[in-house]
Amino acid sequence: MADFWFQFLLALDSSIRVATPLILGAMAGIFSERSGIIDISLEGKMLMAAFVAAAVAYGTGSPWLGAIAAIIVSIIASLIHGFACIIHRGNQVISGLAINILASGLTVIIGIALFRQGGQTPTLPKSARFNSIELPFAQYFADNIPILGVVYKELISGHNILVWLALASVGITYYILFKTTFGLRLRAVGEKPEALDSAGISVSKMRFQAIIIAGILCGLAGVYLSTATGAGFVKEMTAGKGYIALAAMIFGKWRPVPALFACLMFGFLEAVAARVQGAEFPIIGEISSDLLLALPYVLTVVLLAGFIGGVSPPRAIGQPYIKER
Amino acid sequence: MLDKINKVKREHIIKNGDESSPFAISLIDICKSFGPVQANDAISLDVTRGTIHGIIGENGAGKSTLMSIIYGFYKPDSGMIKVAGTPVSFKQPSDAISLGIGMVHQHFMLVPNFTALENIILGSEGKKGLKSGLYAARKKLKELSQTYGLEVDLDSITEDLPVGIQQRIEILKALYRGAKVLILDEPTGVLTPQETERLFEILNALKSEGVTILLITHKLHEVMAITDVVSVMRQGKLVAHTKTKETNSEWLAEQMVGRSVLVNIQYPKGNPKHIALSAEKVSVTDKRGFDSLKNVSFDLHAGEILGIAGISGNGQSELLSVLSGIIQPAAGQFKIAEELFDATHHADPQKVRQLGVAHVPEDRHAEGLILQFQAFESAILGYEKSPNLGVKLLTDPNINRTYCAQLMDSFDVRPQNPTLLSSQFSGGNQQKLILAREISSMPKVLLVGQPTRGVDIGAIEFIHNTLISMRDSGCAIIVVSVELEEILSLSDRIMVMNAGEVVGTVNKQDATKPMLGKMMAGMTLNVAEKGV
Repeated sequence: MADFWFQFLLALDSSIRVATPLILGAMAGIFSERSGIIDISLEGKMLMAAFVAAAVAYGTGSPWLGAIAAIIVSIIASLIHGFACIIHRGNQVISGLAINILASGLTVIIGIALFRQGGQTPTLPKSARFNSIELPFAQYFADNIPILGVVYKELISGHNILVWLALASVGITYYILFKTTFGLRLRAVGEKPEALDSAGISVSKMRFQAIIIAGILCGLAGVYLSTATGAGFVKEMTAGKGYIALAAMIFGKWRPVPALFACLMFGFLEAVAARVQGAEFPIIGEISSDLLLALPYVLTVVLLAGFIGGVSPPRAIGQPYIKER
Repeated sequence: MLDKINKVKREHIIKNGDESSPFAISLIDICKSFGPVQANDAISLDVTRGTIHGIIGENGAGKSTLMSIIYGFYKPDSGMIKVAGTPVSFKQPSDAISLGIGMVHQHFMLVPNFTALENIILGSEGKKGLKSGLYAARKKLKELSQTYGLEVDLDSITEDLPVGIQQRIEILKALYRGAKVLILDEPTGVLTPQETERLFEILNALKSEGVTILLITHKLHEVMAITDVVSVMRQGKLVAHTKTKETNSEWLAEQMVGRSVLVNIQYPKGNPKHIALSAEKVSVTDKRGFDSLKNVSFDLHAGEILGIAGISGNGQSELLSVLSGIIQPAAGQFKIAEELFDATHHADPQKVRQLGVAHVPEDRHAEGLILQFQAFESAILGYEKSPNLGVKLLTDPNINRTYCAQLMDSFDVRPQNPTLLSSQFSGGNQQKLILAREISSMPKVLLVGQPTRGVDIGAIEFIHNTLISMRDSGCAIIVVSVELEEILSLSDRIMVMNAGEVVGTVNKQDATKPMLGKMMAGMTLNVAEKGV
């Protein structure tokens, strides 16, 4: 029994680690989509950022410089998206798709050109990565305080700074969205841009600000993948995490806190799937881990189909703003 | 530097007003065009401070464009705007807002899932953060509501409120931003009569507090009821300007619709035969729950043209849509070729077409043809399976092209090129193509909406002659037009509509323009006749 609890704790711990890029991606999605811009390019931005973070960290030896460069590149990708669909009113899905394809190709080509390792970056030394932070007294508590001490050591301590940033981003997103003037305008521009325009505030400016924030958050997600949990860039290393973040955002109905729980649930299912692989259970026998991994997507489809409560996306989402009459 | 001077000047205007100028707003030679359409043509207008100034005109007369210019939403191509005697230039709505000009749009500019309070402060939240902004706004709004009788529950979600209340939120929004001039664009279009009355009380209260109100509408009785001064717009021009006390609604109606006489041929009277179509107490309720058509009854005979007159938006469009099977009546019934349709037995465009009804829609770009289709494709819309084209699984472009060329030849559509895009023809030629398509089905009943809107003079004559010869060959025709001249020239009988109801029907020989004008303003036939 004690072993089961310990395993459960480790599963929770790894859910947080799996969920971190999802949380950052989902918050990015919330900023972008709340402003009315569909952002399927979360995936591509994360991938570009992951590559740039690893490459620059390898070149300079500093994970921080890598992170800054990654965020800048991710913002540039956002601006390209904005140029296509805010200024030129292009189709937001197509534009996002283009960025994803671009990211997938460019990272590999530039990677081969720079490092000649089949699209990977060389393995980063520990000093060029974001490492886990052991919180004070972790070992001491684990040895002396029953249960809580172990929880403290295994679950709360031992995460890198980006995990903490991701969790903080949820609170910050919530505060900005619902407690600030900027957030009020952001929500308005995704629901009824005319209302904002007639109040004398530029719709394009608001939307650009929103997607730049999305760019920063996606950048952090990419940084996490290649220089925190990973030790370098591997081609296609996002492996659909951008889309899962998008699904989590929808599952959370475009709200930060529910989206956080959706991300944690997706992360938990993935962590559990990894652990139950091949294990025999009484009565049900062996559980297919693929089935567990598919569960989040099935739930998302069910939610979107309207079986679990109503989902109301921002009303003006996907529509370029055209000033008329 | 200049900006700084302007800013000081602006602040001065907002605080004190320029006492030397009695005008809140002056427009001098404002011009604005959208592509080839001249929406505003050299408009000059002075709006006296503290009055309710009505601007009336039909749909598309350019009222809304003019107001959008005053509000800074559009930049005029040329001309000048003065606010309280000082020339200004607006780059965006916020410039106008900062000078105390507020607008209540026809379609509300409210975020549906925001509270009333959030909607009111959106864009003017103050510099101290949202929380204190909301707090300060609540206090200020309480005062405003009390002064003007604008009660609104600030914490309710906007989309849950009735439209009348939503409109109050819009008004409060403008007042909260310090509006001294309030522009209302068709404010009563969405209101019930009770809500309208309440709105007028509010407007009078605002006026007595010194607010200047610009009221855009096409409803004459409202202009007569509440305005001090009225200006009439027609086809982008300001055609009349008068004190409300010194005018009456029939004169205004004539000014609104009385376009320059283009065609005034008196055609010989038709020879009506059996009843081809009859309607009995047909009513239509729109999405908002208002009756856009109320108890409309009439008979239409083969071999006659029934003209339907009225200021646009009084139910004529809905009548055409019901008879052509596009929308369904909420009550009443109509009979086409012995087949009865009502609220339960629905008509649809296909069925109605098979019964011999052809329809030339009012809006040819939206409903008449597909602009991105080649002419030969537009020329068979709705008749793809007609025997003329050979009934096959696949349409044959060659046959269709030949067919279209024949139509173009007999209806004088120019250029005679079936493969040109529909959008590349002039308005008149597009209309002739649609007419050709509909008439070639040999209809027993022909419904025509605005036969010559935006059509050049040569084509008008051709279209009129075609309609008359259709009539003489025994077709029953309904013509809806906002052009009185056209109605008087073509019709055998004239049915006048107002507010969704039939005001009366007169024979052509008894009809006069002033009489029709009065009926269009809502007076019954008897009253209108006495006045003549």
